[in-house]
Amino acid sequence: MKTPLGQEFAATKAAGAASTPVIRLRGVEKTLGGQPVLQGVNLDVPRGKVTTVIGKSGGGKSVLLKHMIGLLKPDRGQVLVDEVDITRLGSHELNEVRKKFAMLFQSAALFDSLNVFENVAFPLREKTKMKEAEIERKVLEMLEAVGLTGMGHKFPAELSGGMRKRAGLARALVMGPEIILFDEPTTGLDPLLARTINDLIVETQRKFGFTAVMVSHEIPEIFGISDYVAMLLDGVIVEMAPSEEFQRTRHPAVREFIAVGPRPEVVTSGESRRPGTHA
Amino acid sequence: MVASAVAGFGRTTLGLVGEMGRMMVFLISTVAWMVRPPFRFLQVLKQIHFIGVKSLFVIVLTGAFTGMVLGLQGYYSLRKFGAEGWLGSAVALSIIRELGPVLSALMVTGRAGSAMTAEIGIMRITEQIDALDTMAVNPMQYLIAPKVLASVLIMPMLCSIFDLIGIYGGYLVGVELLGVSSGAYTSSMESSVEWKDVYGGFLKAISFGVIVSWVCTYKGYNTTMSAEGLGTATTEAVVLSSVLILIWDYFVTSVLM
Repeated sequence: MKTPLGQEFAATKAAGAASTPVIRLRGVEKTLGGQPVLQGVNLDVPRGKVTTVIGKSGGGKSVLLKHMIGLLKPDRGQVLVDEVDITRLGSHELNEVRKKFAMLFQSAALFDSLNVFENVAFPLREKTKMKEAEIERKVLEMLEAVGLTGMGHKFPAELSGGMRKRAGLARALVMGPEIILFDEPTTGLDPLLARTINDLIVETQRKFGFTAVMVSHEIPEIFGISDYVAMLLDGVIVEMAPSEEFQRTRHPAVREFIAVGPRPEVVTSGESRRPGTHA
Repeated sequence: MVASAVAGFGRTTLGLVGEMGRMMVFLISTVAWMVRPPFRFLQVLKQIHFIGVKSLFVIVLTGAFTGMVLGLQGYYSLRKFGAEGWLGSAVALSIIRELGPVLSALMVTGRAGSAMTAEIGIMRITEQIDALDTMAVNPMQYLIAPKVLASVLIMPMLCSIFDLIGIYGGYLVGVELLGVSSGAYTSSMESSVEWKDVYGGFLKAISFGVIVSWVCTYKGYNTTMSAEGLGTATTEAVVLSSVLILIWDYFVTSVLM
């Protein structure tokens, strides 16, 4: 098991900088298909902040995120949510803990058979006893918050990538979760749409005050939207620090990773986009 | 050489035993979630519509032609013994005891079973099943249990429709086309078909409903995360369901005899 010296320290430092960590990972190990993916991850996620985990594609970032909500169980180690080790919980208790969470998946994971309104209303209908009129009011409010007013009747197949992400975000927000996990929320979007979605995440985080954990490899975009940044490398967190401090890291592998920004032509000024188009 | 062959055989056997164990756990888990609230009547109704109503056309078509071909074959076989009057009995018993449950189950496997595997498989690949989990909604209860329950409820109905249409198809060919007496056709049927033949057929239909929905949902739920994996899962689901239906049919028949 790899245990870099800086890892515990970085986690502790981050935790100290904010209030009590809402999620704590301790020595999390996971092997998938015979391949070690996580090799002793230690990470503290500060409450009420935006924490982004960066790392190589296929490096285990999504696997890490799925451990936080109990979609995957570690081979070894602990995942503590508000000091409760969710790896030891039965399905009923785990579902209780999951009520604190929402997750925005890479593909948005909207239910194909339901339209946007029904997708956003789904958690309310399943998990609350709200009356239909109240559900309708809440869903419309959420759709407005993510800029999808009037799109409730559309089915996921009729939406663009950006719209799907917005709908996914509305569904994630509708239950007022304490923690939202974002699995590469801007993957597959053009840079302008990616920025719009990122801005939306920050805006909603400030408005609703949830803890956001994001995995991404959108450098340097994530520095502007994250309070804390952590880097997952070879199955361990090698660095975690407040965003500005992270950019001044001396860790050679991290420096190399964040120095490779997008090519100049990728970050466009949006001249090619028609005015008025949106995600 | 021999050692590696034995090792390969052992690995395959262990793999098969492991898969059978996982399938059994899946079935037990489905039944456990089926009887726990909240009960999802709307989901069950939707599945009854999907598995039952949408399979009606193919059931009617296969039932009619199965009965008609039985009428033809039965007539030419029975005529050799001067026993054409027993055509109704031959057609009805063949259909009620055997062909009705088996063929309707095979048709449902091809039409609805493969669609179940594909639907659940796509939901797995696009993380919709994970999304249910994150919303504290159990996918076994929300997705799988209604499909299995609907299959169990609807299969005897589809089987009885197949039986009726098949018997009428045999009547059309035997009586209207080949000139067998209408009274002989119906009275031979009435005198030879017993209640145990009918409930035996229904019992088979119910168990085939379990097999189709169990195998097809299991394969979709455990598909690998690729288009190729989904294709393989769908093929495996249809082949395994069909084979299990025929094997199970033999055992149930031997017990009911």
